[in-house]
Amino acid sequence: MVYKKMVAALRHLRQTKRIALVSVGVAFFATPAMSEDQVLRIAMTASDIPLTTGQPDSGFEGYRFLGYTIYDALINWDMSSAEDVSGLTPGLAESWEVDAEDSRIWTFTLREGVAFHDGSEWNADAAIWNLDKIYDEDAEQFDARQAGNVRGRIPSMDGYEKVDDYTIQFTTSEPDAWFPYQLSFLLFSSPAQWEALGGDWDAFASAPSGTGPFKLTRLVPRERAVLEPNLEYWDEERVPRLTRLELIPMPESSSRTSALLSDQVDWIESPAPDAIPRMQSQGIEITSNPYPHTWPYQFSMQEGSPWRDINVRKAANLAVDREGLEAMLGGLMVPAVGIVTPDHPWYGEPTFETRYDPEEAIRLLAESGFSPENPVEIKVLISTSGSGQMQPLAMNEYIQQNLAEVGIALDFEVLDWESLFPNWRRGADDASSRGAHATNITFAWLDPFSAFYRFMHSSMAPPNGFNWGYMDDPEYDRLLDEARVTFDQTEQDAILAEFHARMVDDAAWLWVAHDVGPRAMQPRVKGFVQAKNWFQDLTPVYIEE
Amino acid sequence: MSSYFLKRILYVIPITLAVSFFCFSLVHLSPGDPMDAVVSPDAPSEVVAMVQRAYGFDRPLPEQFGLWVSRAVQGDLGMSAANGRAVTTEVFSALKNTLLLAVAASMIGFTLGCTFGALAGYYQGSLLDRIVTGFAVGGVSVPHYWLGMLLVIIFSVELNWLPSSGAGPGSSSDWSFEWAYLRHLILPAVTLSVIPMGVVTRTVRAMVADILAHEFVEALRAKGLAERRIFLHVIKNVAPTALAVMGLQLGYLLGGSILVETVFSWPGTGLLLNNAIFQRDLPILQGTILILALFFVALNLMVDLVQARLDPRIQRG
Repeated sequence: MVYKKMVAALRHLRQTKRIALVSVGVAFFATPAMSEDQVLRIAMTASDIPLTTGQPDSGFEGYRFLGYTIYDALINWDMSSAEDVSGLTPGLAESWEVDAEDSRIWTFTLREGVAFHDGSEWNADAAIWNLDKIYDEDAEQFDARQAGNVRGRIPSMDGYEKVDDYTIQFTTSEPDAWFPYQLSFLLFSSPAQWEALGGDWDAFASAPSGTGPFKLTRLVPRERAVLEPNLEYWDEERVPRLTRLELIPMPESSSRTSALLSDQVDWIESPAPDAIPRMQSQGIEITSNPYPHTWPYQFSMQEGSPWRDINVRKAANLAVDREGLEAMLGGLMVPAVGIVTPDHPWYGEPTFETRYDPEEAIRLLAESGFSPENPVEIKVLISTSGSGQMQPLAMNEYIQQNLAEVGIALDFEVLDWESLFPNWRRGADDASSRGAHATNITFAWLDPFSAFYRFMHSSMAPPNGFNWGYMDDPEYDRLLDEARVTFDQTEQDAILAEFHARMVDDAAWLWVAHDVGPRAMQPRVKGFVQAKNWFQDLTPVYIEE
Repeated sequence: MSSYFLKRILYVIPITLAVSFFCFSLVHLSPGDPMDAVVSPDAPSEVVAMVQRAYGFDRPLPEQFGLWVSRAVQGDLGMSAANGRAVTTEVFSALKNTLLLAVAASMIGFTLGCTFGALAGYYQGSLLDRIVTGFAVGGVSVPHYWLGMLLVIIFSVELNWLPSSGAGPGSSSDWSFEWAYLRHLILPAVTLSVIPMGVVTRTVRAMVADILAHEFVEALRAKGLAERRIFLHVIKNVAPTALAVMGLQLGYLLGGSILVETVFSWPGTGLLLNNAIFQRDLPILQGTILILALFFVALNLMVDLVQARLDPRIQRG
C-alpha cells in the first residue's frame, strides 16, 4: 500500500513542473538501447548460482535453470504444452523396458549420435562413468556434492551395468514401476571435459560440458551465469532461439521487482503479489499455470491428536473458504480438493466433496461434542516464509479465522523455514515438533512416490520418509504397494485414482491450495509456454525488438 | 611512547582469540542443522552420513574448533557448505566489494558530516544550525533498508536514471571505474552514507561548540588572531574525537551493511552473510564474521595509534 501511494505521488510529481528536469535527466542517465542480440536476463529466487557440475542444488529451481538447460537425463520432462499434464519423454535414452521375467531389471537403449558440448561422444561408457560419479565412492570421479544432491531422488537404485556401447541395464532394489520418474533427476556430464580439466570438479563447475540445449560460457559465483545456445543439440526442435541467457540470483522479491520495473532484467521468478498490478500497468506480462504443488496441513495421527476423529478432519476441509483465500492472493492460487488436481488421472472419484460448507462443518463437529463456544484445540507448525510456502502467515491467519467460526481453535507454532523443513523428516513425535498436531509444508508431486508414497505409506514413518503424522492404514499400504509394481501405465493410474479417492473420502489431510508459479516478464519476451511443471523449457523463448 | 604502541598491539592477540571463539560458538548455538545446506531433505540417512564425513561435521565440537583455528591461521577457512567453494576466496571477493561500498559511503558521509558539523557548531543556535541538526537526527534515525527501497523506487523504477541492483552490467569481477559501473554504486553508497553522516555531524557540531567556549579561544581572540586561524585551532582539537568516531563508523559500514547490500543485491559481505544465514552455511558464517571482526579490531588499532599521534595526552593516560 505504502509502495502504491509513493508511486502515485511520484507520478503526480513527474506530471507537474519537474517534467523538464526529468526529461533532461533521462537523456543523460538512460540505459543504452539493447543490441539486436537475443539476450534474455532472468532473476532467479536462489541466492547463489546453483551447482553447475551436473546435479544441481537449490531444489527444483536449480534443475530448472542449470540442470535441464546444460544437461539431459535419460528420460526428460515433456515441457511443450501449457494444457496437458507434463509427463516423461525420451532424452538420452531412446527407449526403455522392464524385464518380463524379473521386474527389477530395466534395459535402456541409448540415443546414438549425441555429443557433449566439448565434442566427445555420448555412449554407454559415459553413462556408467556418470553413475560411478554418484554411486562409487572409490571412483576417481566420485563427487560427494553431486551424490548428496541426487541419490535421495533415486531411492530404488540398486545396480547398473553396460550391456553394449548403446545399451545399459539398471537393477532396482525391489520392483518399482516409478523408477523412470526417478531417473529424470540423473543428469550426465562429460567425462572427457572432466579429464581435460585435470579431474577437478571445481574447475568443471566453471567450464561444464553436458549434452543439453544450452552451454555455460561464464560463471561468476553469486552474481551471474551466462549460457549460450548449443547449436548442435540433438533435438533440432529444441535448439534455442536466444543468443545469450543470463541467470542472476536475486533472493529478495522486492529487488527482483525493482530490477524488472527498471528494465535491468527481462524476466523474474515469483514476483511479489502486491506489485503485480503495478507491473501490469507498465505492460509487464504475468504468466501462471497450476503445476504439481500442494499447500496442505499434514495431520498427526498419533494418540491424543484431535485429527484421529474423521468428523474433525472433514469439518476442517469444509470450513476453509478457498475462494476467499484465492481472492486474497490476487487470484494466484487454485483451490485444492485433494493432493492432485481434479483434471489429473490420479484424482479418482471421491464421494466426499471438499467444498466450503461451514454449516455442515458445525454439524459434524457437534456430533463429536465441539462447537464454536467449546472448540477443539489444535496446534499447527507453520513457517514465516519458505520455498513454495506462498504467503504462509496471511494464509494461515485466514484459515484460523475460518476454522474458529465452526469450532476449531488453531494455535500456531511459528518457525522459520530452515527449522520447519528439517522437522518434516523427524515427525510429530519429535521434541522439535513441540506437541503440534499438524504441519504446514508445501511439496512437489511429480511422480506417485513424491505425491503419495512418501507421506501415506506406513513404512515411510520417520526417519525413513515424510510420513510426519505416522499415517498407518493397511488399505493405503496395499493400494500403494500394488501401484508400485503395476507396470502398465493405465492400470497403475487406475489404482492410484482409487487410492486418492479413498484418501479424499477420509479427509486424510486439509487440502488448501495449489500454487500457479507466477513469473513476470517484459512484453518483448515471446514464445514462452508455461508447462504444468516445476521445470520450464527456455528453448522456444525469443526477444521481439 | 613505544610501550603504549606495543601494549596496544599486544592487546590484539587475546581479542582475536576471543573473537574467533565467539564466532565459532555463536553459529553452533543457533538453531538449524548445517547438513540442511548440503543435502536435500529427502536424502536417506546414509547419504547424510557420507556428506557429514566429507565435511567433518561428524566430529566433536572442540575438535572442530581446534581444526578450524589451526587451518584459519594458515589462511584456510574451510569450504562453503552450500556451494563447496573455498571460504577464503568467497569472503575476500565479497570483502573487496564491501570495501568499495564502505569507502564510497564514508567519503560521502564523512565529508558532508564534517562540513555540516563544523558549520553548525561554529554558528551554534542559528537557523543553519537548526536545519543541520534536524538533518543529522533524521540521518541517524532513518532505517537503511527503507531509504534504500525509497531511492530505488524514485531513481530506478520511476525515473529510470540509475540501476536498482548488482555491481555493474557484467559482474563485480569486471569492476572498473567507468560510468557503466559507477552508476551501480551511487544508490547503495548514498543510502549507506546517511547514518555516518548524521553521527559525524552531531559529534563534530558538539565538539566545535564545546571547544569554542573554552578560555583558550578567548585568549587567541584577545591576541588578535584572525577567525580563520582560530577555526584551525578548534579543528585541531576536534580531530582526535572525530577520527575515533569515523573509525568506528567505517567499521560499522563494513559489518553493518547486510540490509543495504540485500536491498541492492550488492555482492559484498553483507549479502554473503545474509544468504549464509538463510542457508545455514556455517563455514561461510564463521569465516565472514571472523574476518569482519578482525577488520574491526585492526581498524580500531589504527585509529588508536593515529589518535595517540595527534593527541599525546592519550599515551600518558
